Amino acid sequence: MKSWRLILPLAVFAVLLAFLWLGLSLDPREVPSPLIGKPAPAFALATLHEPAKTLTSDDMKGQVWLLNVWASWCVSCRTEHPLLMQLARANVVPIVGLDYKDKPADGRAWLAQNGDPYRVSIVDQDGRVGIDFGVYGVPETFVVDKQGVIRFKQIGPVTAESLDQKILPLVRQLQKS
Amino acid sequence: MMLRVLAFFAIAFSAITATPQALTDIEFQGRLKRLESELRCLVCQNQTLADSNATLAEDLRREVRALATSGKSDDEIKQYLVARYGDFVLYKPPLQRNTWLLWLGPFGLLLGGGFVWYAILRRRKRAAAEDDEDTGAGTRPDDAVARARQAIYEEP
Repeated sequence: MKSWRLILPLAVFAVLLAFLWLGLSLDPREVPSPLIGKPAPAFALATLHEPAKTLTSDDMKGQVWLLNVWASWCVSCRTEHPLLMQLARANVVPIVGLDYKDKPADGRAWLAQNGDPYRVSIVDQDGRVGIDFGVYGVPETFVVDKQGVIRFKQIGPVTAESLDQKILPLVRQLQKS
Repeated sequence: MMLRVLAFFAIAFSAITATPQALTDIEFQGRLKRLESELRCLVCQNQTLADSNATLAEDLRREVRALATSGKSDDEIKQYLVARYGDFVLYKPPLQRNTWLLWLGPFGLLLGGGFVWYAILRRRKRAAAEDDEDTGAGTRPDDAVARARQAIYEEP
């Protein structure tokens, strides 16, 4: 009876501590996307370099590809850019750039200055397609499989760690299937 | 003359139609305002769409307005945003499998607290009754000290 009384508050405290500890490692800025496992939203957007041409979501069917949401005004896009350049040079997976809420001229200038890792870039000037993809913090990167289903979403800049541990293994696995 | 009559009717007619028009517009604005204050801005997180100045919030307000004008209901508009951003956009989370602890947990805690309170009250009552049996009437202070001493030193 007596030991039970001593242990109970301790147990309650331990549970509380566990929850608080877990809370510390959670990032409240990361909102899990409801689009994982769902078909990527359909889009048809003008390309950045040839505005007369459009790219549609169906054009990418049949291959695994990355959609990288970026903008010339986006500061943290600069931190992930070297990694994207490396990835493009390795030629593992095509990257489509979505120039989000940006002036096309600014986007082109930015790519000319920093290098262009994208197979093709498309322009989403009013941010509508961004909303369809649930974009809320640029940069964001989506992994889309051969059937056009979104398999993974990276919120914030791609890091070497996320690339090696999540994105590339997933891409390889999807390419095999 | 004919023109005057026409003009009169035109003015009278516009006066009749203008008022309900203005009213529905106010209602519509009110509806938008209410909807926007039930939705979260994903960039700032602790602000509603109505309060936020973030560009994404502006875009989402524009989207909400466009959907409302096209005749979508409040639930359909919320569903549109939930499909893209998840339940997190809703300030009032829906009652579903992963939120039942959130909704019912406080009542569970209240129930647990009530139970503990009841148990303590009962024990006190019983202790008081036993004291009365032991000494006849109330307890003398010396007895209380002796009991405390016993409780501290002699229990295992």
